Order: sequence, then structure tokens, then C-alpha cells
Amino acid sequence: MNQEDKEKDYFESPIHLEYQYTAGAATTRFLNKVKEGKLVGQECPKCKAVYVPPRGSCPRDGIATNREVELVDQGCIESFTIVHIPIPGNPIVPPYVCAMIRLDGANISFLHLVDGIKLTDIRIGMRVKAVWKPKSEWRHSLENIKWFIPTDEPDVDVTKLRFKPE
Amino acid sequence: MIPAAVIGVGQTNYKAKRRDVSIAGLVREAIDKALLASDVEWDAIDAVILGKAPDMFEGVMMPELYLADAIGAVGKPVIRVHTAGSVGGSTAIIAASHVCSGKFDTVLTVTFEKQSESNATWALSPRYPYSPHINAGAGGYFAPFIREYIRRHNPPENIGWKVAVKDRINALKNPLAHLQILGIDEKMVSDSPMLWEPLRYLESCPSSDGACAMVIANKNLSNSRNAAWIKGMAVRSEGTLSAGRDEVNPQGGIDCAKDIYNQAGITNPRNEIDCAEIYVPFSWYEPMWLENLGFTDIGEGWKLTNEGLTELEGDLPINMSGGVLSSNPIGASGMIRFGEAALQVMGLAEDHQVKNAKVAMGHAYGGAAQFFSMWIVSSTKD
Amino acid sequence: MKKIAIVGYAQNKILASAGALNEVELIMPVVHKIFNNLGISQKEIDFTCSGSCDYLQGAAFAFVEGLSAIQTNPPIKESHVEMDAAWALYESMLKIQMGDADTALIYGFGKSSPGDLDSIISLQMDPYYISPLWPDRISLAALQAQVLLNNNIINKDEIMHAVIESRNNGLNNLNALIQTSITEDEYQKDLVLSSPLRALDCPPISDGASAMIIASEDKAFNFSSNPIWIKGIDHRIETSNLGARNLSSSPSIKSAMKSLDIENTAFDIAEIHTQFSHEYPFLRKLLNLENVPINLSGGPLVGNVMMAAGLDAIGKVYEQLSTNSYKRGLAHATSGPCLQHNMLVSLEKNS
Repeated sequence: MNQEDKEKDYFESPIHLEYQYTAGAATTRFLNKVKEGKLVGQECPKCKAVYVPPRGSCPRDGIATNREVELVDQGCIESFTIVHIPIPGNPIVPPYVCAMIRLDGANISFLHLVDGIKLTDIRIGMRVKAVWKPKSEWRHSLENIKWFIPTDEPDVDVTKLRFKPE
Repeated sequence: MIPAAVIGVGQTNYKAKRRDVSIAGLVREAIDKALLASDVEWDAIDAVILGKAPDMFEGVMMPELYLADAIGAVGKPVIRVHTAGSVGGSTAIIAASHVCSGKFDTVLTVTFEKQSESNATWALSPRYPYSPHINAGAGGYFAPFIREYIRRHNPPENIGWKVAVKDRINALKNPLAHLQILGIDEKMVSDSPMLWEPLRYLESCPSSDGACAMVIANKNLSNSRNAAWIKGMAVRSEGTLSAGRDEVNPQGGIDCAKDIYNQAGITNPRNEIDCAEIYVPFSWYEPMWLENLGFTDIGEGWKLTNEGLTELEGDLPINMSGGVLSSNPIGASGMIRFGEAALQVMGLAEDHQVKNAKVAMGHAYGGAAQFFSMWIVSSTKD
Repeated sequence: MKKIAIVGYAQNKILASAGALNEVELIMPVVHKIFNNLGISQKEIDFTCSGSCDYLQGAAFAFVEGLSAIQTNPPIKESHVEMDAAWALYESMLKIQMGDADTALIYGFGKSSPGDLDSIISLQMDPYYISPLWPDRISLAALQAQVLLNNNIINKDEIMHAVIESRNNGLNNLNALIQTSITEDEYQKDLVLSSPLRALDCPPISDGASAMIIASEDKAFNFSSNPIWIKGIDHRIETSNLGARNLSSSPSIKSAMKSLDIENTAFDIAEIHTQFSHEYPFLRKLLNLENVPINLSGGPLVGNVMMAAGLDAIGKVYEQLSTNSYKRGLAHATSGPCLQHNMLVSLEKNS
């Protein structure tokens, strides 16, 4: 409780609104595949950049990413942070590693957890692979991947990951 | 383009919870100070430009409607700007555009945030059933970019601590600043809890209530007043998830800075700009933006910090007011940078005044380091 | 003052629910449509400005998501108003007038289907006194309707005919959400929601997006052989305190008319952002449009995409002037409860 809250000089008037969220058509295509344990990116027809998870567009060219590209569930850590504070309403216990995961063949990264390694050993460029939850728990979410763990492969030079159109 | 100038800046004091005022009262407090500083009456104001970050921070939808009376907009044009964290800066620019277009003589602009009215973390983190729940707040989002900066350029570990100390020492000279940390030093920062490695608690911005207002006018009023003349202003945006985007040194920031330097006739920003207020919500963003803004070469920004050049008495003072690290009413944070730059060239920055400041820069950024707004102000019209 | 023209406008077909389309999927088709119509790309655009409102779909930063629909490599000059995109047009015009741009792309988008618009609009009111009472948008509009009826400024017949006329006009609008006419009998039997307003007096919950391109005089003919000139634009807000407002008149519209010097202008056509039927006869009189064809598109009663509908009124006048013999048109956009914030735009062909 904040010091300034000691005197009860305010009242609470909660706002409760309900929404029917939708993921979007491109995201829905992606999530349907995630439910089957597959990571399917979408490619820009012009610059050939591969987006995962896709939002349905390539902002480089301002056009839709219609072609689907199945990717492997491994890649590297483009960068990361070790989070030491709890997330409100989230069961993950700190400290934990929140990393920008760049899948092989993808041209953007996404945030996910990394485990199976001492926190002091984690590095930018480290190769990782996905650890999936049991198939019975799969739903329409990237949370089907429990976390990523390091592989034995040599590190990647992340400066070479930057996308350049051909 | 019609020349325009800031003729008055008004700021509330910044603190975690301004429970002594309503949202309208908070905004009006900044406005009253700006009008007083400008020496203009309400009838001189031709339009009002309001900016703030997401409506969900206060739970008021399109607040220009509710605030029409408090901001003195009744019977006048009013625009509500929202460009994420850069909004305070872009609001100032849109306000100036009203004058530069020739349509208006004098406008009032105000930005605010009263995060204590709601739960900001909740407001920004709706739990979509289809997204992983690993979002660890703004610090968790920006920390990986900072780590990548450190990997690229290998600066000493204490650069972030130095920025955190320097900005809080400056804040002690700014009575409006939220954080007033007596005895702040590198040890205090490095002893503070680790939040998002490599960022510690004292390397992160607070969450504040507060408002900032400015009066911007053409020569009719500015010629006869102490004024900060706008010499260049620009915005740039880039898509969030764009392949090839460099989040550490975004092209949008580079282009935006070049644009305002061109407008202002600046060829060597390091020599020609006397001081700058730049948007540094996490300590390491000072060296990162110094490079992005062209004050120094890539990889050299941390050296300016390390050598003390960005201190108040240094060669290139940065965030003389204490910066976002000391006060952060999100929607207003950008305008505070723009307004503080104006105060410097008007010679009104009191205890945190840079001696003989003639040309100053205001800078703001937002989103995933993808929205930029900047301006250059000068003590002279020509 | 620099002359500025509208050179293009496009609108998605208005939907009751855009379902699983995200912001990108809502915006990209209409932006591509307007680019294709003009044979241009984002590279020809100097300034981009959008209008949207996070509360409609219940997610912060809808405009940030939406920006991914636009080509931003290299980074673009771009801004956003948390308002109807009519105000994004206003901001874009300032950029052209100050010489910072010669061309601008404006887009507005909104999805009202995911949430409960009645509750959401309550949050536009004073958060300490009024919002906690959760006044819904229809009841707020009904307050003004009753005041106008009691003061004999409008009558119930005019309200009914506004609905019937809008429905008939909407039959010719391929993008309209509602494309059915109604009879007097059907109207009279319709459910009263908040007296005096019936369900048929209220706009449908709508999802959609629209886009417009404007250009300075120097560039306008590069895009169109028939640019439509924005002769004047003005907007004003009124007090938020409904108890302090004279709901039987509109000082904001009157002062905008005066400032544009259009009190005696003979317009050939008008589109007015009348979300509720009673606003139609009220504004028709106030704007001196008694003998002028109004809302040939059907107006908001046949499709009302929040945060785009004001821009649509301007776009529809543009379309009418471009394709018909009309010479002069007036568009009106509004924001807030009971017509609190109003914009007037006067448009002209071949000036």
C-alpha cells in the first residue's frame, strides 16, 4: 500500500466492460496450426520476409502476407532480459528469462520464456529449441510451448540476423 | 511557414498520486500556470490541442469531451492527439502546426496523465486468451534492446547507473520533479533491486500524475515577449513488427533528427545545440538516443555520459529537469521535454538552467521505439 | 491560405460485425483500394493521419496495431487522433497549409461489435458525477430529442420521415449496412427504447474503415482531373455539462457557420452526421438546408462506423460532387453526446 493511501480520501468506482476479442484472420490461421503443434509463419510476397507470429501484413511493403511457411521449432536468442519482479495475475515465479526468440527462417522475433540453463550462462546468440507442453494441453496459444531450452549448437552471430531484402 | 514560438509553459508538480485534484483540476492547474507565464487572457486563445496516452489510464473515453470546460475550449476548436509515448511531443507539434498554418494566432496545448485514477498495468495488459502471458511491462519490453546495445558496444556496467544518478541530481534542482532522492549515488543505484536485467529499480522511471501546458503564438504576441522560437519540428513512425527494423537504433529516430536539423540549419548538433531534453525512461536510453540523434558516432554515446558531458555543467547537458527518470506522467512526458527545452532558451529554468542556452532540443518517443517527435527551439527568431 | 482538394475517398462495405478481422485486416483493403483508384502508393503520401478509439474494441493502442497495414519503410510522417477521422483530416490540412506536406492520407476505422457500445459511451461523461450512473448513448440522445420536441423545433412526423428517407436513400448505397426500406406503419409499431426514440431512430452497431487522400493545389491535378476543393473547414466544442447546454440549439454549429461565412450559401447537397433521427430535422433547419438533398448515402442510420462516420460524411459529399452535376456541398461531422463537438466542411467543384 502506498503511503498516500493511508487516509481514505478516495473511493473506488470500478469500470466493468465485456468484449468479444478476436485474434484476426492471419493470427487465427497461425493459431490453428499452433494447436496442432506447428509453427507456420507468413511470407511477404514482395520482399520475402517471413513473419512469425504473423499479424497479416509486412509493414516494409504495406501488403498482406498470404503465403504460409512452416518453420522449425528452434532458433536463437536475439536478446533477453531476466525478469525479477512478478507479473500481476501471472503464475510465473521470478526470476525468469524473457527472450526475443528468432526462429530459423523467420525475420522477426517474438518474446517467450527460456529455461533449462543457469541464469548466468544465458547469452545473446545462443541456440534454443522449443519444449512443448503435453499434447492434451494444446490450445490456440503460443503457450503450447512451455519454454525454449538451449541446444548444443554453437552460438549465432546476431548481427547477421538483420533482414535485408534480396 | 509562419514562425511560431512558445511564450509560456505551465507544469503541475509531479507525484505518484495527485489526490488533491480531479482530472479537470490537474489539467487546469498546468493551464493556469501557462497562461500566467504567457501573460495572456483566455480570449487570446484561438484553439486548444489536448494530448494524452491511452484513455484506459483514467477510464475516460475521449476526454476532450469531459474536459471541454476545464481546458477552456468551449466555443473553440479542440483536437485530441494520441501517438503512444511520443504523444506529448506530437501534441506540441500539432499545436504549433495550428499557428504555422496561418489559421490561428495563439493556441493553448495541454497534455496530462493521472495514472492513479486507474490501474495502468491492467490498462495495458488485457489478457487475450490467445497470447502468452509473459508481458513483463515496459521495462521487460525495452530491457532486451538495452542488452543488445551493450553487446554491440561493450560499455562499462556503470553507465546506466551514472545516468540514473545524474538525472536524479538534476531533479533535486527542479522542485516540480516527482523523485527527490537525497544522497543519490552510484552505489545507491547499483544496490537497488534488479527488475529487468540489466535494469535496476533506480534505473527506471516512476509512474506519475501530472500535466504540462504551453501557449504557442505567432509574432503578434511572441515579438513582444520572452519566447522560444520553433526552428524545426518533425515526427516519424514505423510499423511495430517490421522485418529488418533496428529497435536499438531505429531509422525513424535518425530520420526525424535529420529533418529538424535541416529545418533549423544545424549541421553539427553536438556543437550547435546547447542542451537537450530527451525521452529517457530507462537509464541506458541516454547513450542510445545520443547516438540515434547524431550527437555522436554509433557506439560512442556512452562515452559522453561516462565523461560527465551530459551533466548540468557539462558540455552537452541532457535532461536538466531530471527527465522522465524523475517524473513520468506518460501522456505529458513528451511535452515536458519540449516545454523544458523552451524554458532553457527563455532563461526560465531557474536552478536547472544551463548558462547561456540559446538553442535546445525536445525529444519524445513511444510504442516499441517506433514513434518519434522532436523539435528545436531558439532564443532568437532569426 | 493554400487551396486543398480531396482527390480520393474509399470506404469498406459496412458490416454488423467484421468478425475475426484485426485492425490491419480492416484498414489495409480500404487503403489499397484508394491507392489503386489513384494509381499511387504510400511513397506519394507526405503525411498520414488516422482516427480511432481504443475503448470501442477494448484494447489500448488500436492505432499502433493498425499502422502495420501501412508501408512504413522508410519511416513516415504520421500522427493519430483519438477522435473521428474527420479531425485527422483537419490535422492533415494544417500540415499542408504550413508547407510541411503536399499530400495526405487519412484513414478512420472502428469496430463497435466487440463491446457494449451503450456502456462504453457512458465513459465519455464526467467520470466523477455522470459516468458512474452509466447513462447509455440512446438515453442521452433521447434527452435532446425530447427538448427539441417540447420546444416545437421538430415534430414526431419529421423524425419518422428522417428514418424512412434515410432507409430509402440507403438502398442506393452499396456500402450501407442496412439496405431495407420501412413503412410508416412499421415505424409506428417499432419498440420505443428511450422515449421518444425508437430502435429505428438509432444507428446500427457497425464495423468498418474508410480512407481519403487530399492534396495541395500544386499536386491535386497529379491525382485527379476533377479535384473537389475544401473551401472551408471549422469545428467547435460545447460544454460537457448537459445541464448547462441549450440542447434546443447548437452554438458550436452556429459559430462554425459564421466563421465559414456559409449562413447564406446555397448548397446543392449535404451529408450530415446525424446518428439519431431527431438530429436530422434539427440540423436541416439549423444549417438552412430545407430544400437541399441530404444524406443521399442514407447517412449514419444505415451504417455508422464510429471514428469513420464523420470522415464518411465528407467523403460522401466528395463522391456526389465528383460524379453528379452538383457544384457545392456541405458535410457535417460530430463527436460526443448530444452533438457536443461539431465540424462543418464546405466543398466545391471547379472553383
